[in-house]
Amino acid sequence: MVTDLLKEKKEAIEKSSQEYGMLDEGTVRLLKKEEKEARTTVYHRLARQEPQCGFGELGVCCRMCYMGPCRIDVFNSGGPQLGVCGATADTIVARNLLRETVGGASSHVEHAMEIAEILRDVAEGKLEAYKIRDTEKLLSVARNLGINTENREISEIALEIAEASLEDLYKLDRKPSRWIEKYSPSSSFKKWSALGIVPTNIWQPIVNAMHRTSMGNDADPVNILLADLRMGIVDGYGLTMATELSDVLFGTPNIIHSYANLATIKEDYVNIAVHGHNPALSEKVLEWAEKLQERARAIGAKGINIIGVCCTGNEVLMRHGIPLAANEMQAELAIVTGALDAMVADFQCIWPILAQVASCYHTKLITTVPYVKIPGAIHIEFSPEKADEVARRIIEIGLEAYQQRNPARVFIPNHPEEVYAGFSVEALLGILKKVDPEDPLKPLIENIANGNIYGIAAIVGCPNPKTRKYLFSERLIKELLKNNVLVIVTGCIAHIAAQAGFMNPRKIDEIGVGEGLKSVLKALGGAAGLPSLPPTIHMGSCVDNSRIGVLLKAVSEKLHVDVSSLPVVASAPELITEKAVSIGTWALALGVTVHVCPPLRVLGGPQVADILTRQLRNITGGELYIECDPEKAAKELIRKIREKRIGLGLRA
Amino acid sequence: MENVKRVFIVVERCVGCKSCEIACHIEHSKSKDLYKAIFEIPRPKRFNTVLKVDQYNASLRCAHCEDPPCANVCPTGALQKDEETGFVTYNPAKCIGCWQCAMVCPFGAIYPDYETLTAAKCDGCIERVKSGRLPACVEACPTNALVFADVKEMEQFKRERSLRELTAGQKVSIFELGVV
Ligand code: SF4
Ligand code: SF4
Ligand code: SF4
Ligand code: SF4
Repeated sequence: MVTDLLKEKKEAIEKSSQEYGMLDEGTVRLLKKEEKEARTTVYHRLARQEPQCGFGELGVCCRMCYMGPCRIDVFNSGGPQLGVCGATADTIVARNLLRETVGGASSHVEHAMEIAEILRDVAEGKLEAYKIRDTEKLLSVARNLGINTENREISEIALEIAEASLEDLYKLDRKPSRWIEKYSPSSSFKKWSALGIVPTNIWQPIVNAMHRTSMGNDADPVNILLADLRMGIVDGYGLTMATELSDVLFGTPNIIHSYANLATIKEDYVNIAVHGHNPALSEKVLEWAEKLQERARAIGAKGINIIGVCCTGNEVLMRHGIPLAANEMQAELAIVTGALDAMVADFQCIWPILAQVASCYHTKLITTVPYVKIPGAIHIEFSPEKADEVARRIIEIGLEAYQQRNPARVFIPNHPEEVYAGFSVEALLGILKKVDPEDPLKPLIENIANGNIYGIAAIVGCPNPKTRKYLFSERLIKELLKNNVLVIVTGCIAHIAAQAGFMNPRKIDEIGVGEGLKSVLKALGGAAGLPSLPPTIHMGSCVDNSRIGVLLKAVSEKLHVDVSSLPVVASAPELITEKAVSIGTWALALGVTVHVCPPLRVLGGPQVADILTRQLRNITGGELYIECDPEKAAKELIRKIREKRIGLGLRA
Repeated sequence: MENVKRVFIVVERCVGCKSCEIACHIEHSKSKDLYKAIFEIPRPKRFNTVLKVDQYNASLRCAHCEDPPCANVCPTGALQKDEETGFVTYNPAKCIGCWQCAMVCPFGAIYPDYETLTAAKCDGCIERVKSGRLPACVEACPTNALVFADVKEMEQFKRERSLRELTAGQKVSIFELGVV
């Protein structure tokens, strides 16, 4: 027997890793199964990290050079107030924030770029695997960008759009980026011009951000924050272009019915999960699943069941009604059901643990992107040219794996929850047009004015295991709905909302939606042929936050008021990724109040925190708000909406 | 007192991250929440310090001495030995700020509080320990450099460790001996 000095510590970690808080029963049962069979869960891994590094949490750890790492004593208890180079807490915090924002913006920009390249190759007739599915959207994008559509071939217009899109990335002239100029609300764009933060292209702000934050450059927190806002605008470019061009290639979503949660994995089917973000891959996987249904039946399955994970899940739900099976945090639990035969991933939010968990089951994890590889996964390199071949191979791997499935280890919890989704701006306008064909925005604006809709909240972002435990998103959304705030969801929050029944129109009474909002949802639902619109409106994946941007532009320009005057708020209540940070920064630049939890890593820099949470109001109109109590957050967001209503002279 | 647990440091494991310092601050804040603690006035105190001397990092705090010179010298009884835990606790209400404890403590474990002009020190996270939890610094240490153990356990651990080190590489397999 060896003396174990860490016994108590291990026991404490073990105990805390088994506290599942308010998580739903299905998720908890799978977490327990995972613990037993794969010897890990997200809560184990989190407990082993806790408490997490306070310097990191507050943003005051600098690793920009090798005189460091340096950290600042935030309690001012005799520790250092300056880095070796003399950087203050505010300098360090601002530089770290800008680098986080670069991480997020770069993700969205590359995503958009890959879609634009497909569009270019399709337009040039070089790519067989894809085609332009939505010419109406193509024409509207062209019009938005100021591209001539008269008497021209579709392919010619498409090529000009693709080239103009890609040109924004690399051009050298000093004119504003075309997408940013054309797609941003004019009042926001005017403010950005005055601040000198309109990106002229995409590469330069990113290169500049990495340059200026490296050792011995920009030390002025205000100057760095301006660069941060500019990076947020770059992110907006990525989001908008990714959504708009994806709609052109894969179709603009329209109202669609489906199901949510892990119960959409079906025991008697070959189950293949699509995980990640880029519809270029998942669209093809769907296509080949259809083509190879017969082969599934030949091996004794009832067919092939594709299920959606994370934002790819949102993409294929919105366009095809594929079930929304698992959010980012539940991806590993999809494997733990023992009934998932393959999981194919592209980029972003693909946790490396998936490979380890998959190795405990028959499930094959397949990575496809040359710059996203995971040790232990099968890597089949995807490119648009090889799309058919790769998608076919993926399905075949799923079929092979199905034959190795061990029925004794299968456990699928819950009942699927009903979902109505597909609310692109076009789809929403389509419904509103049934009420007012001449002026579709009018019914929406009228209902906001008369207070039936008190305001609009965009609840976006990720499922953070830290906040999942106490159901932050569900509680926040419930409070907002109760107070007649129209809730729009995207990203993994959409998964959370769907699983909670917030996308089921039949649950509108049970959820406790305020009377005013309920009457509007029912009326609009009636126009769409449903008993009601769902309590929360699913607008798509995380890049599809751009759809909210498009809506904001339309409303603010129609009413000739700034975005910051509108009774609209945003929240990323369970922030995980740098992408959520960059999306939030874009929203701040647009002039929106943005709530986050966990706290953005800026609180160690008093000046930076003050600028973001207070002074920014007088600059872009946006404002950061940090709160980790869902009911308090809801109350404060409602108060902020009230302020805006008063500002507009509306009944508050 | 037997079986009194103390925070020991396994010096070679300390990476100097100062997580123990932050944890001590948080434990002695009103909110017990980092994000709120940094805004509290007065600022939450800490009673440990991470130092680097020669090439060693170490985190130092009160040793909760069996025969505590600080408590022995204290003229007002502000420093006391807690009967239940064996920790040396302090009571600021009784402290007159004479700093005699600071003078006699061999470890520099007394932290003068200039706002209240009283002495303060590691309380062993007595509240946490009484409720069955580990001291905050021990829980926070990512490399397990800090351990919460009684001295007998600690010494047994060290005996075993040094024996392991002495015998490492010395074990001869039975195959080599030709027994099998
Ligand atoms: S850049 Fe300055 S603060 Fe950062 S690690 Fe180097 S010396 Fe320290
Ligand atoms: S937390 Fe542990 S490793 Fe970090 S400084 Fe303190 S004793 Fe050393
Ligand atoms: S035991 Fe508690 S009071 Fe003492 S140094 Fe550690 S954290 Fe601070
Ligand atoms: S303060 Fe110093 S003298 Fe008093 S118990 Fe602690 S280590 Fe011993």
